[in-house]
Amino acid sequence: MPVQGSTGAAAVDRIFDLILWIAVFFFVLIVGLMVLFVVRYRRREGREDAEKSASHNTALEITWTVIPILIVIAIFAWGFKAYLDMNVAPANSYEVLVTGQKWKWLFTYANGHVDENLHVPVDVPVRLVMTSEDVIHGFYVPAFRLKRDVVPGRYVRIWFRAVKTGEYQIYCTQYCGTGHSDMWAKVVVHEPGGFERWLQEASDFLKRMSPAEAGERLYRTRGCAQCHTVNGAVGTGPTFSKLFGRQVALEGGKTVMADEDYVRESIMDPQSKVVLGFQPVMPTFKGRLTDQEITAIIEYLKTLE
Amino acid sequence: MASNDSVIGAGGLGAGQNALGGDNYLSHGHGLRSWLLTLDHKRIGVMYLVSILASFFLGGIFALLIRTKLLIPGSSALMDANTYNQMFTLHGAVMIFLFIIPGIPAALGNFVLPLMLGAKDVAFPRLNLASYYMWVAGALLALLSIATGAVDTGWTFYTPYSTTTNTSVITMVAGVFVLGFSSIFTGLNFVVSIHKLRPEGMSWFRMPLFLWGLYGTAIIQIMATPVLGITLLLLIAERALGVGIFDPSLGGDPILFQHFFWFYSHPAVYIMILPAMGVISELVSVFSRKHIFGYTFIALSSIAIAVISFLVWGHHMFVAGQSNLASMIFSALTFMVAIPSAVKVFNWVATMYKGSIWLATPMLYVLSFLFLFGIGGLTGLFLGALAVDVHLHDTYFVVAHFHYVMFGGTVIAFLGGLHYWWPKMFGRMYSELWGRVGALLVFVGFNTTFFTQFVMGSHGAPRRSYHYLPEFQSYHQLSTIGSYLLGVGLLVVAVNLVHALFRGRPAPANPWGGATLEWRTSSPPPHDNFAATPVAGDPYDVEAWAFDRQLGGFVPRAGGSVS
Repeated sequence: MPVQGSTGAAAVDRIFDLILWIAVFFFVLIVGLMVLFVVRYRRREGREDAEKSASHNTALEITWTVIPILIVIAIFAWGFKAYLDMNVAPANSYEVLVTGQKWKWLFTYANGHVDENLHVPVDVPVRLVMTSEDVIHGFYVPAFRLKRDVVPGRYVRIWFRAVKTGEYQIYCTQYCGTGHSDMWAKVVVHEPGGFERWLQEASDFLKRMSPAEAGERLYRTRGCAQCHTVNGAVGTGPTFSKLFGRQVALEGGKTVMADEDYVRESIMDPQSKVVLGFQPVMPTFKGRLTDQEITAIIEYLKTLE
Repeated sequence: MASNDSVIGAGGLGAGQNALGGDNYLSHGHGLRSWLLTLDHKRIGVMYLVSILASFFLGGIFALLIRTKLLIPGSSALMDANTYNQMFTLHGAVMIFLFIIPGIPAALGNFVLPLMLGAKDVAFPRLNLASYYMWVAGALLALLSIATGAVDTGWTFYTPYSTTTNTSVITMVAGVFVLGFSSIFTGLNFVVSIHKLRPEGMSWFRMPLFLWGLYGTAIIQIMATPVLGITLLLLIAERALGVGIFDPSLGGDPILFQHFFWFYSHPAVYIMILPAMGVISELVSVFSRKHIFGYTFIALSSIAIAVISFLVWGHHMFVAGQSNLASMIFSALTFMVAIPSAVKVFNWVATMYKGSIWLATPMLYVLSFLFLFGIGGLTGLFLGALAVDVHLHDTYFVVAHFHYVMFGGTVIAFLGGLHYWWPKMFGRMYSELWGRVGALLVFVGFNTTFFTQFVMGSHGAPRRSYHYLPEFQSYHQLSTIGSYLLGVGLLVVAVNLVHALFRGRPAPANPWGGATLEWRTSSPPPHDNFAATPVAGDPYDVEAWAFDRQLGGFVPRAGGSVS
C-alpha cells in the first residue's frame, strides 16, 4: 500500500491487512490440500482406482458453509463501519469546491481563488464538495485511500484529514477520454500557518502580475491548456499560436476576425462559433471566469505572435 | 477404424468406438450448405466454437498491443492516447460480448448438452441456428463499428461520455443488442431442453452438474439480458434523437445508466462463470476416478448463485454516488454470493480426497482453475468490503481480480473442457505432452501478467491509463512479458489441438472414463447422437468404468452399473 497520508488511510489499511491474512489462510488451505491430495493420491501403477470414501457428508458441508458466512459477516461489518466514517465529515471542516472537467481538476477556495492543485492545512479536516462540468470523472488520492466519482449535474461530498505535510498524487479514475490518464494534480499539505500564507499570496496574482502574465497563468491553471496548444500543434481545440487578429474559418462556411469580442464569446458561449474541423465539445466558462480574468487571457493571446 | 466398431456394441451400448471412417455427424452431409443450414446441435456447436475462438484471437491481439504500449510510461510510437482508448474498449467488448459470454454455453454447451441428456438434439433446433446467426449479425455490426470509428467508451459504455463521444457508439451498441438475442435464444433452448428432454432415469438430482451450471446460466440469460437490451436502446435513443435519459445536459441521470447496465452485467459475470464451474465439476470427478463429493450442495449452489447474482449489481457503484444505505445492502449481499462459490471449491477439493488422481491435460486445467479461481475469489473479499473498495475501485487491482475470475476461472475451465471433449467432438486424441506444456505455459504466463497488477493496483495505479507514473514501469514490464508468455502458451494449445485434427490417434468412445451419457456413443457421435436412447444412471459412477489397455479407452467394468 502507498504511504498513509490521512487518518482514513490507517483505518483502511488495517482492514486490508486483516482480509489479506484471511485470504492467505484460505488460499494456503485450499492449494495445500490440493497439492497434498495430488501427491498422495496420484494415479500410478498398482493404484488405478480410487479408495472407498463417502460421496457426501452433510455435517462437514454445513460446517464449511457456515464458517465462511461468519467470516464474511465480520469483514462486511469492518468495511461498512470504516466506510461510514469516511463519508461523515466533522462539523468544523474546511471546505474546498472541486470541479472536474476534461482533463483538469480545479479547486476553488472560500475566497474565490481557483487553483490547479489542492492545497490544504495539515491536521485539519477538509471537506470536498465536488462536481463535473462534462462527463463523469473520478477523484482519487491513493495516499488518503480516498476516491469518489464526480458526476455532472450533482454535488458529492467527501472529507479527509491529512496527517503529514508533503505532496500527494491525485488521479482521475473514471475513464473520460483522450486525456484521462493526464488528469493529474497534487494535494499539497502545508504545515500550520503555511496554508493561509499560500492562499493569500496565490489569490492576488491578478494584482501582482501584468495582465499578459496573469493570462498565461490562467491559461495553464484553468483548463485551457488541455485542449489548446500555444506551439501551433492541433489539439482537441485549435491552437492559440498566431490566432489573435487573424481570420478564422468556421463550421458552416463563414469566417470571422479573431478579435477581443470573438475570444470573449468563444469562452462564454463556445458552441456559437465552432472552428472548422473541430468538435463542439468545449464547456462554457460563463460564471467561472471574471471579466478581469477574461481580459487577462485576451492580453495573453495577443502575445502569442 | 471400423474394426473397433463392435467393441462396445457387444456390451449393448449401441455405438462403435471410433466413427471417423463411418457414419458420424461430421461426415453426415457434405459441402458448405450442409454446415450453414444445419440444425444439428453438434455442427452448430462447432461453428460457434470456430467463431468464438476467432473472437478470442482478435481480443487477444488487442490485449497484446495494449500490453506492448504499456512497456513505457509516456507517449508511444505504437499508438496515441485515442487509439489506446479504442484498443482497451475493443479488447473488453470483443472478449466479453463475443467470446466469453457465448464461450462455454454456446460452443461447448451446444455440443454437449443434448448428448448428456441422451437426446437427439436441443428442444428447438431452428432457434438454435437462429441464435448462431444472431451472433454472426451482432459480430458483423461490432466489426463494422471498428471499421467506421472504433468506440472509445470502455466496454461499459458509461454515460454521458458515451452519448457525447464522436466514435461509432450506436453501431457497437446495436451489435451488443443483437448479441443479446443470441444469448437469450440459447438460454431459452437450454431451459426447455433440460425440462423436457431428460431421459429415463435422469431425475433433477441425477443430472450432470454441467447441466445444472448451464441451467443456472440460462435463467440469468433469459431474465437479465432483456434489461441490457432496453438500456442499450435507450442509449441509442439518447444519442440519435436527443431524448434526455442519462445525459444530465438533457435532463437525464448518468447514474441511472450504471444501475441499468450493472443489473445485467453483474449477473452476466455469472453467465460467464457458472458453466465453467459446471465443467470443473465434471472434470474433477472423472480425473479423480471418484464420485463427485457433495453433489446436492454443488447443484443447489449453482441455483443460489443465479438468484443472488441479481441482487449485487450495486457493488460496482460504491464510489459512484449511490446512498450509503444502498452501498451497505449491496456490500452485504455481495458477501453472500461468495458463499456458494466457496462451497463448490471445498467440494471439489474434497472430491480429490482418496481418489486416483490422473494428471491428464484436463486435470491440469482443473488444478490451475482451483489455484487461480481461489485467488480471484479471495481478492473479491477486498472489493466487497466497502472501505477497502473505495481505495481499490477502478485501479489495476480490479483489473487483476476480474481477469483471475474470468480468465483464471472461465477461460481455464473452457480450455479444460475443450481438451476433455475434443476427442468426442472430432474423434482424435491430441498430444498429451504438448497439452500439458500448453497448460503449464498458460498458467505461468497468466500469473506473471496479472499478479503484478494486484500489486500495482493496491499501490494506487488507476486502470485505463495511457500514461502512468514511472514508479510503475517495472510492474508493467513484468506484466507485459507475462502476457507474451501467455500468448505463446495459447499458441501451443491451438497448434496441438489443430494438429490432432489431422494427425491425432483415433479416439475411443470413452477416453477418460466419464460416466455421463456423451461417453456412451462413438467419437465423434453419429448424426442422431445415439442408436438407441440410453438409460441414465448415476452420472458420477465413474468407478463403473475400467481402463482397457488394448483399446486405449474405458469400457464398462464387469458387474458394474452401466447397462
